[in-house]
Order: sequence, then C-alpha cells, then structure tokens
Amino acid sequence: MNYLLLIYSNEAQFGALPESELKKMTDEYMDFTKSIVQAGQFKAGDRLKPVASASTVRVRNGKAAITDGPFAETREQLGGYYLIEAKNLDEATAIAARIPGARIGSIEVRPVWPPMT
Amino acid sequence: MIEEIFRREAGRVLATLIRLLGDFDLAEEARQEAFTAALEQWPQHGMPDNARAWLINTGRNKAIDRIRRDILFRTKIADRELASAAADEIVFDDVDEAVFGDDRLRLIFTCCHPALNAEAQIALTLREVCGLSTQAVARAFMVSEETMAQRLVRAKKKIRDAAIPYETPDASVLDQRIEGVLGVVYGVFTEGYAATAGPELIDVELCGEAIRLGRLIETLLPNHAAVMGLLALMLLHDARRRSRVSDAGDVVLLDDQDRSRWDQSEIAAGLALVEKSLRVPGNVSTYTVQAAIAALHVKGGENEPKDWPQIVGLYEVLLRLQPTPVIELNHAVAVSMVDGAARALNLVDSLAARGKVTQYHLLHAARGRFLQQLGRFDEAREAYQTALKTATLEPERRLLAARLAELQGQ
Repeated sequence: MNYLLLIYSNEAQFGALPESELKKMTDEYMDFTKSIVQAGQFKAGDRLKPVASASTVRVRNGKAAITDGPFAETREQLGGYYLIEAKNLDEATAIAARIPGARIGSIEVRPVWPPMT
Repeated sequence: MIEEIFRREAGRVLATLIRLLGDFDLAEEARQEAFTAALEQWPQHGMPDNARAWLINTGRNKAIDRIRRDILFRTKIADRELASAAADEIVFDDVDEAVFGDDRLRLIFTCCHPALNAEAQIALTLREVCGLSTQAVARAFMVSEETMAQRLVRAKKKIRDAAIPYETPDASVLDQRIEGVLGVVYGVFTEGYAATAGPELIDVELCGEAIRLGRLIETLLPNHAAVMGLLALMLLHDARRRSRVSDAGDVVLLDDQDRSRWDQSEIAAGLALVEKSLRVPGNVSTYTVQAAIAALHVKGGENEPKDWPQIVGLYEVLLRLQPTPVIELNHAVAVSMVDGAARALNLVDSLAARGKVTQYHLLHAARGRFLQQLGRFDEAREAYQTALKTATLEPERRLLAARLAELQGQ
C-alpha cells in the first residue's frame, strides 16, 4: 500500500530556528530521504513553499471559488510530504516517526487508493 | 452440547479465520456459516474429533466459495487476481494451541490499535474478542444499537483502508502497545465498575468481561508485570463488588463493608498476582502499585488496624509514576489516616488551588470529610453542598445527603 506522509509544522517557529539548527535539520532530512530511497520505500517527496503562497479551490454549484490561504487556519501548516510504500500502517507510522519534522510538528499518515484499473 | 462448544470456540475460530481470510466481515460471515453447517451435520453424522479444526476448515471453505462466487460478478482484473490469490494462499494445517493463542493475541492488538479512536478500540474489543453482540455493546455504552453498529463499521473500514496489520507488534514497540491494550481492558472495567451517570452504580457484565479479557491476556502473555498487575487490580476491586452497595442501593464505604460477602477466591488470586508481578525485574507498573494498595485494603481481619503508612508510601510511589489529580486526592485521604485531617486538608486545598479539578465532586466530598473531622462544620456543609452540585450517580448523591444530615444541628 502507498501512504502519503504529510509533514505539519509551525512555520513561524521553524523560521525562527538558528542557522546551525536549520543546517542540522536539513542534513537529517537528507539522511532520512536517502535511507528510505535505499530501502525501496520512497515514491515521491517534496518540501513545500510557505502556506502564505497557498490558494484553496472550492467548487460550489458548478462554480469554482478560489480563496487565499490554506483550507483552514490552524496552528500548524503543511510543509512537505513523502509518498512511500509500506506493507501496513505500522510500517508506515514507523517511517513517519523517523521524519525529523515529527519532533517539532506532526505527520499525518494517509493511505492512498491504488490506481484505478 | 453444540451450543457449549460454540461458546467455547467462537473467539478462537473467529481470530484464526480473520488471519486466514484477512477481513473481519468475511471472517464473521464464515464463522456463522460454519456454525450453521455444524448444527445441520453434527447431529446426523456425529461430532468431529476436533470440533475447532472442523469449524475453522468449514468456515474457510465457505469463505473461499464466497470469494469464487464474487469473482464471477466482478470484471476488474485486479480484483480477480487478488481474489484468486487470496483463495489459493489459504492453507489450513495448524490446529496447534500455540497458533490459536497467537491468533487471539493478534486480534487483541488489532482491535486495540492506537490508530483507532479510544471508543472504537473498546467497542471492537468487546464485539470481536469478547464476542458480545452489537446490541449488548450498545447497551453498555448507552447508545443506540444503530449508533454502535455504525461505530463498528467505521472502525473495520479504517482497519481495511489504512491496512492496520493483524500482527503482534515488534519487540521495539511491544511494551507501549501492551500499555494501550491494558488501557482498553481497564477502560471496560472502570466503565462497568462505576457507570458514569444514572441510577445504577455497578454494571456487572462489563467487569466480568474485563476480567475474562485480563485472564486471556495473562495466559497469552505470561509473566508480564503490567498484565499481572492489572488483572490483580481488577480482581481485588471486583472481590468487594457485592459488598460495595447495600441492598437498598446505597454506597457502603470500605471500612463498613461486610467482609463475609467478599469473594475470597478472587482476593487470593489477586494477592498472588501482586506478589508475582512485583517479582518481575524492571520498572514497576502503575497497575501493580494500585493493586498493592488494593491488597493492603483487603488484607487482615475485621478489627486489625490497616497498614496506612505503607498505603501512603505506595501512593507516593504512584504519584511519581503517574501524577494525576485523582491519585493526589486518594493520597490525601490516606494521609488523613496517618497524620490527621489537618495535613490532608492542606494537600487537598493545594490540589484545588492549582485549579485542575474544581468540578471534581470527590475532591469536595473529601474536603467536607476533613473539615467535619476538624470540627469546622459550616465549611464542611458548604463543601458537601458543592460536591452535590456536580455528583451525578444517585448512590453517591445519597451518601453526600447523609453526610449533610449528620451535620444537622452542629
């Protein structure tokens, strides 16, 4: 099964980290990514631009309404994601727990429907 | 006779069918069909040598038939491949007791998986592990059968969609997951022990189910300190169940209870488990400490003084492991028996001042008791009245009213 690991964290808090901390975090992310690529569990993954650059699309009564910002104001924002392959939820949550951002934010684990055939 | 076999084997048969078939609903239907087949065939052809193996085999074959039938109605290639692979993979060759035990343990860990919400964990465990009907589980939680059925459907859908595994967890997370399982069992027990609202104080059925679950887990995971601690705790509380409420439905406090109504076999089993649990090396479990406290409450004869200093000491251990307001309050009550009501009142006031439990009626009831013992009757009356405002259980309300009556004219 494929799982999407959504990395939520507080942007302001993340932005306030000292340079050395940020560098350490980046290195940890590179190590983590390399390890799941090597384990054959990596499908895709990206870091997202700040939430201020987000727009939300809703279609109501056939009309698309585009609004500024994320779909809901929350304390934490979606900052990045990994698409991984894992044999079950326990394996997926174990990988999610290894994401450096899990320590300061939270990771949402979403099972992905298999492609339509 | 056949019904008795069904009752005894229902849990094992279901657990193994879930492993073989990989789906709760399919397994439940398969078990039902196997039971129906047994009712038809056993009286005619005689009992099989191994009823359990027969039921599992028959259930599995019925499920394979069903999968094959479903394939005919499906057009998607992926589904067809998946279904025939599933049908081929099922090989039944194990009637080993250890394997059945493993299956039941797998089922418990799946039902108590932390990715399910707490309500769903309890409902699924009672339904799938204890084998209670959806109606019985609904009654226990005072919701409609329809609401409970939906809750169970949602939980099973989450298991399927998120691929929650049917496995005993890895050693690296095993202790943490066992804590989760024990939390579910204790949740069932406490729900039964003091229903949160309404006229009846004790729901016997849920306490019994929780103890049966505790015993099952203790058999499947022998010599685990926390497992033994929880089972001991439940047994020692349950032993006093019949004396905890008078015939009129009033609360009877521990020291006023009729000891001849205590269940001595449960007490003996509980005391032995506390000892065994304390001998397991490693960190002591909070359940074991609580059980040790319960043990000190039931030990000794009617007129023997209780070992209150040791009870205070155990509460202090418990406070270090799990600093919760409820434990602080119980600690204060124990302190009142050793150092007197004045020191206990200080502890309770400090707890109240931290603002964590202002709505908590037991805190005000304890305050009232300490103030009454100190002869500060007006303040005691006020405290009992505050307690009455938030107490919901009828027997507890009657106890508070009786205390207020004692204060009349003082």
